[in-house]
Amino acid sequence: MGGFGFSEGYEMKSKTIRRWSFVHTWSSLICTVFLLMLALTGLPLIFHHEIDHLLGDAAELKVMPADTPQLNLQQLVQAAEKHRPGEVMQYFGFEEDEPNAAIAIMAATAGTEPNSSHTFMLDARTGEALEMPSANGGFMMIMLRLHVDMFAGLPGKLLLAFMGLLFVVAIVSGTVLYLPFMRRLKFATVRQDKSTRLRWLDLHNLIGVVTLTWALVVGVTGVISACADLLIAAWRNDSLSAMVAPYRDAPPLTQLAPATRLLDIAKEAAPGMQPDFIAFPGTRFSSEHHYAVFMKGSTHLTSHLLTPVLIDASTLQVTAVAERPWYMDAMGMSQPLHFGDYGGMPMQILWATLDVLTIIVLGSGVYLWVVRRKAAKPVLEKAERVA
Amino acid sequence: MKPRQSSFWKVFSAPTVIALLSATGLFAALLGDGFWDSLSWLGLGIPALLGLRGLLRRR
Repeated sequence: MGGFGFSEGYEMKSKTIRRWSFVHTWSSLICTVFLLMLALTGLPLIFHHEIDHLLGDAAELKVMPADTPQLNLQQLVQAAEKHRPGEVMQYFGFEEDEPNAAIAIMAATAGTEPNSSHTFMLDARTGEALEMPSANGGFMMIMLRLHVDMFAGLPGKLLLAFMGLLFVVAIVSGTVLYLPFMRRLKFATVRQDKSTRLRWLDLHNLIGVVTLTWALVVGVTGVISACADLLIAAWRNDSLSAMVAPYRDAPPLTQLAPATRLLDIAKEAAPGMQPDFIAFPGTRFSSEHHYAVFMKGSTHLTSHLLTPVLIDASTLQVTAVAERPWYMDAMGMSQPLHFGDYGGMPMQILWATLDVLTIIVLGSGVYLWVVRRKAAKPVLEKAERVA
Repeated sequence: MKPRQSSFWKVFSAPTVIALLSATGLFAALLGDGFWDSLSWLGLGIPALLGLRGLLRRR
């Protein structure tokens, strides 16, 4: 440092660059392996519906006349229990694009952890059970588990959340470094004829800066989703436990009131909203003594925000329409923004393109680091040469 | 301070516009279908195309 007649101001600036460069190098290097894994496993997950159909893993409902009446919910519960004897209902889910289907999730006990549950589809008109192989195992499930927790449960999720935070640090520090690197270059310049290293440096800078916003949003929403278990636990503590406090000393239920009218009761309690899923008593989205019907808003934006209606599982009285704490809304909004599933096939293709571009930024970053180490020259020189 | 400011905007004006386009693209499709979807394809398409163009363009 110093001694070359630069002004004090210049000296300070190169020191600043060096610091940001250190932050950028190490935040990226630590998270790169994990981010590469996330970007690679995320790629097929963007198209999971299409891949399921291609592999024949998607459940197909029988074609029946459009006005075929549906069974009531209790009949569907019985159909599900007949299909999986000895297991209990955990959840019933509803999908807008398949109004004649209910997704059933069952397990040995209501409190069984999600990865040990069994997911299948019920034809709401006949009660016929249709298997959904990709929801319970197979290639796509391996991709999903790698992507979500690397088969390591909560510690895996939290590790990935931390890697996501490092990724955000790498993006921010990379954006700061973009200034000294690009000061003398026109935007989108890629020097093709100097050296392979300069070409990849320019591409790293160009692709990094154009994918900046997308990568930040997908990174941050990924971190929020990775913390979902903690957020749900916080919600149980904050809202749920207060609402079900009167039931604390009530004896465990031996018989549940029939589920038949749950959706009507919930719609009355939360007018203008649509049912998204039902959590049966004893799951982590309900209490030991309640059905919880999660209602979603009916506009595009609010359809991602869920309001639980707690219904007493023996009297079928509404105990409470729960408030939505801000962090549950953040979790709800994070999902589409992370999955890229809210703008049709063109958006899925753009999501995949930006994902591949991110892989290239990660790969070129490692390449630039290796080349620099080989040359044993500090990154600053490159910046100075460019400047 | 002045000269640094102008060099900042010289470097960051194009990335800022692209960042705003991407953000518009990300949020537009949350608001509705049809027009909103198209707006989001445009907003996300421009950064994707710029990245691909740099990558694929050879001298």
